[in-house]
Amino acid sequence: MNKGFNALYGTIVIAASALAAIAMAAVILIAVGADALGTFRVILTDPLKDTFGLTEILVRAVPLILIALGIAVAFRSGILNIGAEGQMQAGIIAATAAALYLPGLPKAVLLPLVLAAGALGGGIWAWIAGALKARLGVNEILSTVMLNYIAAQFYTFFLRGPMIDPNELQTGSGTPQSPRLPKEAWLDRLIPGTRLHTGLIIAIVLAVLVFLFLWRTTSGFRMRAAGAEEKAARYAGIDVEKYIIAAMVVSGAFAGLAGAVELTGVHRRAIEGITSGYGFSGIVVALFGGLHPAGIVPAAVFFGLLILGADMTQRSMGVPANMVLVLQGAVILAIVSAQMFLGNPYARDRLARRLRLPRRPGPKTLEDAAAEGGLKQ
Amino acid sequence: MPSTKRIESLRLEGITKRFPGVLACDDISLEVGAGEVLALVGENGAGKTTLMNILMGLYQPDYGRIVINGEEARFRGPSDAFAAGIGMVHQHFMLVPNMTVTENVALGLKELHHPFHLDLASARRRIAEVSERHQLAVNPEAYVWQLSVGEQQRVELVKTLCFGARFLILDEPTSALTPQETDELIERLKRMTAELSVIFISHKLGEVKALCDRVTILRQGRVAFNGRTQDHTSGDLAALMTGHEVNLPRNACVEACGEQRLKVSALMVRGDRGNLALNGLDLELRSGEILGIAGVSGNGQRELADALAGLRKVESGSIGLCGEEIANRRPRAIIDAGMGYIPEDRHTEGIVPSFSIKENLVLKDFASQRFSTASFLRLERIDENAEELRERFDIRASSTATSAGSLSGGNIQKVILARELARGPKVLVAVYPTRGLDMGAEEFIHAQLLERRAEGVAILLISEELEELMNLSDRIAVIYKGRISKVLEAPEATRRRLGMLMAGLADE
Ligand SMILES: Nc1ncnc2c1ncn2[C@@H]1O[C@H](COP(=O)(O)OP(=O)(O)OP(=O)(O)O)[C@@H](O)[C@H]1O
Ligand SMILES: [Mg+2]
Repeated sequence: MNKGFNALYGTIVIAASALAAIAMAAVILIAVGADALGTFRVILTDPLKDTFGLTEILVRAVPLILIALGIAVAFRSGILNIGAEGQMQAGIIAATAAALYLPGLPKAVLLPLVLAAGALGGGIWAWIAGALKARLGVNEILSTVMLNYIAAQFYTFFLRGPMIDPNELQTGSGTPQSPRLPKEAWLDRLIPGTRLHTGLIIAIVLAVLVFLFLWRTTSGFRMRAAGAEEKAARYAGIDVEKYIIAAMVVSGAFAGLAGAVELTGVHRRAIEGITSGYGFSGIVVALFGGLHPAGIVPAAVFFGLLILGADMTQRSMGVPANMVLVLQGAVILAIVSAQMFLGNPYARDRLARRLRLPRRPGPKTLEDAAAEGGLKQ
Repeated sequence: MPSTKRIESLRLEGITKRFPGVLACDDISLEVGAGEVLALVGENGAGKTTLMNILMGLYQPDYGRIVINGEEARFRGPSDAFAAGIGMVHQHFMLVPNMTVTENVALGLKELHHPFHLDLASARRRIAEVSERHQLAVNPEAYVWQLSVGEQQRVELVKTLCFGARFLILDEPTSALTPQETDELIERLKRMTAELSVIFISHKLGEVKALCDRVTILRQGRVAFNGRTQDHTSGDLAALMTGHEVNLPRNACVEACGEQRLKVSALMVRGDRGNLALNGLDLELRSGEILGIAGVSGNGQRELADALAGLRKVESGSIGLCGEEIANRRPRAIIDAGMGYIPEDRHTEGIVPSFSIKENLVLKDFASQRFSTASFLRLERIDENAEELRERFDIRASSTATSAGSLSGGNIQKVILARELARGPKVLVAVYPTRGLDMGAEEFIHAQLLERRAEGVAILLISEELEELMNLSDRIAVIYKGRISKVLEAPEATRRRLGMLMAGLADE
């Protein structure tokens, strides 16, 4: 198989999967009586039309980058973290607490503390699953998913109870949300008049750091080795349990930080639904980005576009909100299948067979081959 | 269901297969007739496994075709090859470890898969039939992970025969077998040729001469020679294979033994099945000495090696490395104390398959001063190290950045050997170090082990090859049922004596 074929193969698979996604989505849209073509146009082009759209794409990309980076560290280390959603919520609780209960500090001190608190909260939440896995062999997929449920309940509890905005109690409306954070705990806006905040810079810098960490440091080497072949890592003297826990904590810290950044950069108070599924989309972004920072950043921007586009469709095309989620799902499914397919040499080989690559006319018989001097008798 | 038609002739014509950067098979043609045994030999990375994978439909050739009984065959996958009656026992076994032998066989027998029921009883019957007919004893209820490599080999053979294979491909079937098991296998295969044709891949020319009618030698993906085994001596064949005469070096046994490096006393270790695999084992090893451990596999060799490397819990007893107690210490601490280890299972224990060759070459030392500063890896040094070792150990790969898992079996072994020998350990535990190596590479590794010995490294050589043990060791200890039953000085160790001791018979 040659380079040309590989390129052709890649193009075919991506084109086929994109077509499949579009077809799947179109069927659903037509079934609910919507204008399929218009919807696609809105999703893919409307967000790109003005500064508002462009900045909002990036606003959504920031938490996705941060979470996906953490997921990449965990997956590369051989532990599957499905709990970013819960870790993000744990991070938001911790960051809100830090911002509300450490008053009077200057911004240069408070903001870093708040962000660190978020990372710490997420890290501790993830540590539970990591320790359970390393010490007791508890399946991490199970434990992280369960911890998501627990975190969701805690989150609601804090917003309705200890952290609720006193104003809400006074006016009696009782919306479950925290008071507004002090200004010293806000991330600055990058472009005035938009919601784009300096969290973007944090995310990009961390993407570079994660790359350096995984591929240039000894700890990163250990984590990748433990993830790629646990037994060989053990034989080479790597303390696999320790690095499994470490990877999980790092992963959770990224999710917690994503929560803190979303909190201090966008909403500036803890509200319900603040995580808006980023914890799950982040996993898809990480896989789509090939578990590599250089892939994750563009993947996150692309998913930011999809999410925003879907929001806009909801408004301008009158497609029901849930249908938008279905669309996203179809796109994600198609993309991830395409990725798996691209990475599978046997599948590629099979396709080559289907396409019947031209064969060089081989020697007809063994005797001919012998006559050509291929064989000595 | 496989067709029951006999395979009268099977031809490969002009098979060519290119991997990124390597031409693995270059216009290879060969033919096997009914009841014939063809030996396929060649250096590590010559393309033997790739060629057979093509015959099994696992890879598609870039060019060339397969002709069976005069008709062109197209195999889209292994199941098509099975259907045509071709079965292969792979170099790395294809068994599911946490399933029983019966389940593993049933897995491949599609006709036993009913919608709500897997017909294990039929599978069991089929296994009983095959093992009866070919005298291949297997325990159908044992879990694969509990079996020794030799036993797994037998299971693979039974499985393939259960699928109804009438054309057998055996990719280095003897590399993990004891000499007795090898002899038995060869006898068995000879009997089977009444019904079967065989392609037999091996690096041991003695076996090739004992079993095969014809031999085809591959060199760098091309057919280099094709002839009858009778007409050539093993030496000739070896020379044709490697391009030079092969002379395995011998230990001259002079002025061995400096200070004591390793002392093991009353060691008790449990095996995977919870039994006491080592039951009060003692041994001692000096600097500049090679101590051979001879024994039938499953007598505690694996557990001994693992315990020495800190990978298995020691129940009681002590292990002293240069006077320092290392029993139950962490693997890292033991490595740092000067222990080198060449493990048995190269694919999961010796290398990280998805890592590049250069990363695997520093798998133990990436955090040392040489390869890192302030916990940042020094990539240039890692590259240099890889280039140097690739050169020195003749690792055949298109580049040191390719993944180690894509190397040929023998070249993977060379990567591990290169890493462990170059680290300069004080004590080196080598478990079957030349398993799967071609003759040239074996010669080289033996020379390397002797060179390390001369430099004062203490080497514990665990092997089933009596030839290898007798050539290299200063002393040979026989392991039987978890204890050292006897230690012989090299000159007094004869094949016969070792054989008796390994079988647990009293020494005369
Ligand atoms: N999947 C693969 N991807 C890339 N290169 C490969 C792959 N499989 C084999 N090769 C390369 O093809 C060549 C032939 O390998 P092959 O496994 O056929 O050798 P072999 O003759 O079986 O050697 P050995 O005696 O060591 O088992 C080697 O250079 C190997 O690195
Ligand atoms: Mg091979």
